[in-house]
Amino acid sequence: MNEIVLETHNLNMHFGGVKAVNNVDFTLRENELRCLIGPNGAGKSTFFKCLTGLNKPTSGEIYIRGEETTHWHTHQISRLGIGIKTQVPNVMDGLSVWENIWLSARRYHDVKQANRRVEEVIERIKIGDITKKLLGELAHGQRQRVELAIVLAADPWLVILDEPAAGMTGQDVEIMVDIIREINRSAAMIIVEHDMQFIQSIANQVTVFYQGSILMEDHVDNVLADQKVRDVYLGRNV
Amino acid sequence: MMLDSNYKNLIIGVFLAIVCMLVLPYFIEYYTLSLLIIYSILALSLGLVWGFGGILCFGQAAFFGLGAYSYAVFAINIGESTLPFLLAIIVPATFAFILGAIMFYGRLTDVYLGVITLVVTLILFRFINSTASPEYMIGTAHLGGFNGIPNFQTLNIPGMPDAYIWDLDFYYVCFVILILSYLGLHFLVRSSFGRVSIGIGQNEQRAELIGYDVRKYKTILFAVGGGLAGLAGALYASWAEIVTPGLFSLGQSAEVIIWCIVGGVTRLSGPIFGAVILGLLKYYLGQQTLIDNNLVFGVILVIFVLFLPQGLAPAISSVWKKLLTAKKSTRNKLRKRAPRQMQRGHLNE
Repeated sequence: MNEIVLETHNLNMHFGGVKAVNNVDFTLRENELRCLIGPNGAGKSTFFKCLTGLNKPTSGEIYIRGEETTHWHTHQISRLGIGIKTQVPNVMDGLSVWENIWLSARRYHDVKQANRRVEEVIERIKIGDITKKLLGELAHGQRQRVELAIVLAADPWLVILDEPAAGMTGQDVEIMVDIIREINRSAAMIIVEHDMQFIQSIANQVTVFYQGSILMEDHVDNVLADQKVRDVYLGRNV
Repeated sequence: MMLDSNYKNLIIGVFLAIVCMLVLPYFIEYYTLSLLIIYSILALSLGLVWGFGGILCFGQAAFFGLGAYSYAVFAINIGESTLPFLLAIIVPATFAFILGAIMFYGRLTDVYLGVITLVVTLILFRFINSTASPEYMIGTAHLGGFNGIPNFQTLNIPGMPDAYIWDLDFYYVCFVILILSYLGLHFLVRSSFGRVSIGIGQNEQRAELIGYDVRKYKTILFAVGGGLAGLAGALYASWAEIVTPGLFSLGQSAEVIIWCIVGGVTRLSGPIFGAVILGLLKYYLGQQTLIDNNLVFGVILVIFVLFLPQGLAPAISSVWKKLLTAKKSTRNKLRKRAPRQMQRGHLNE
């Protein structure tokens, strides 16, 4: 079995009396692709923020490749080789596509290598036609793809994406599915998503969040066939 | 904001600046010009931290004043101006570094940052104002409270305390320092550090997600801006031959922000434009009593915020680019037409 690359023990994130993440024990193995699903307010995005250092957990521990990162800053977690994409495209609107990707590549490479890396990623994500455009001028789907290119320019071994297909049209979603499959050949992935069709087309293992805790962890087909999961999505109490 | 370096434009810009340096004294007295240049360097310092780093500092006057006071104090104690001049850059830069580290490592942003920098300026203003009693001495320099510090060694040729740089020579020195400061910042914002700083100014969280320690970059940039404002302060001290608490005043801080808004902060030339134009306007308005200066500046600020929020320099640049594009497309049309005309001509023959 593959080595564990990320794990959480009794992870909690409370906002006052609200337990957004409640005693979560989670494990991710090398090259695994795991989708986190759940209805609105289930705690998946808060869990994502805890993993990436955007929120500091109330208690519990997070380990990445054996190193405790529970209270680390986002940039320190990112430097471990983790690519992070947030729910709303988080890009530098006033800079061009090329510049956005270059800044990511430059963090880990010298100038020459960074230039080369940018070209590689642009070809890989197929955005060669918009490299000179400012991010602020692009459509939502293009911005999502550019953000993914920014993530990939750093050669991550673990990629964490929060709703990568949010607000995308059919064709853009198909492109995104292909890109995610390709990324997963060389990196483990955690994808927070609630679009079931999208999840079915990319995932094997799925973790279902409900009221801040893990309700179920299984193969995508078993999860979708499970009555409890259906009830959760229909708003019934489990 | 594009990062592509354009050396041709830079060389033309420097050449034009040198021409201006030589020509302007024929039209405006060099004493006024020197002050406008000092203001330009001060504006440039805020333009760097605000326009490129996204840090709106309401207290750039604090570093300006610190630079001026440091120069005066060290000039009285040391005598020769070279070391005081360097210390007038180092002291405000260090102060800005410490203040920046406290703010940025404390995760202060936006309005809180503005409030802190403003309050620091006010504290310095109040403190310097209350140093009239004879106990407030640094070495042999008495801080002087409201009356400030007069009678210190002004700028001299390095190593020659009796060879003062003044009048037209002082103007040339200021202009050369402005050009060097501009060039320094030009290369700084095009370096990897500068590009990352611009990225941070654009989207701090994305920069963190990529792996940059935003706090470190902002602190360093803030210190560079503080040092540059200190340099302007040192030149000001030498120009005015006296430093007073007014250098730390709210009015001084507000003025720098207005220069930057009017000139535009997305280009390094913007704050210089703003400082020169508004500085000149202030100079001419100061020669009459009919209209209040502050009223005029207030109206100008409102007009720019409402109708030209990008400021003058980016607006001029965009008009220039449009003209060039129009010229290019006309040339291309003519080129496309030319072979057809030749063909027709050939067939006609």
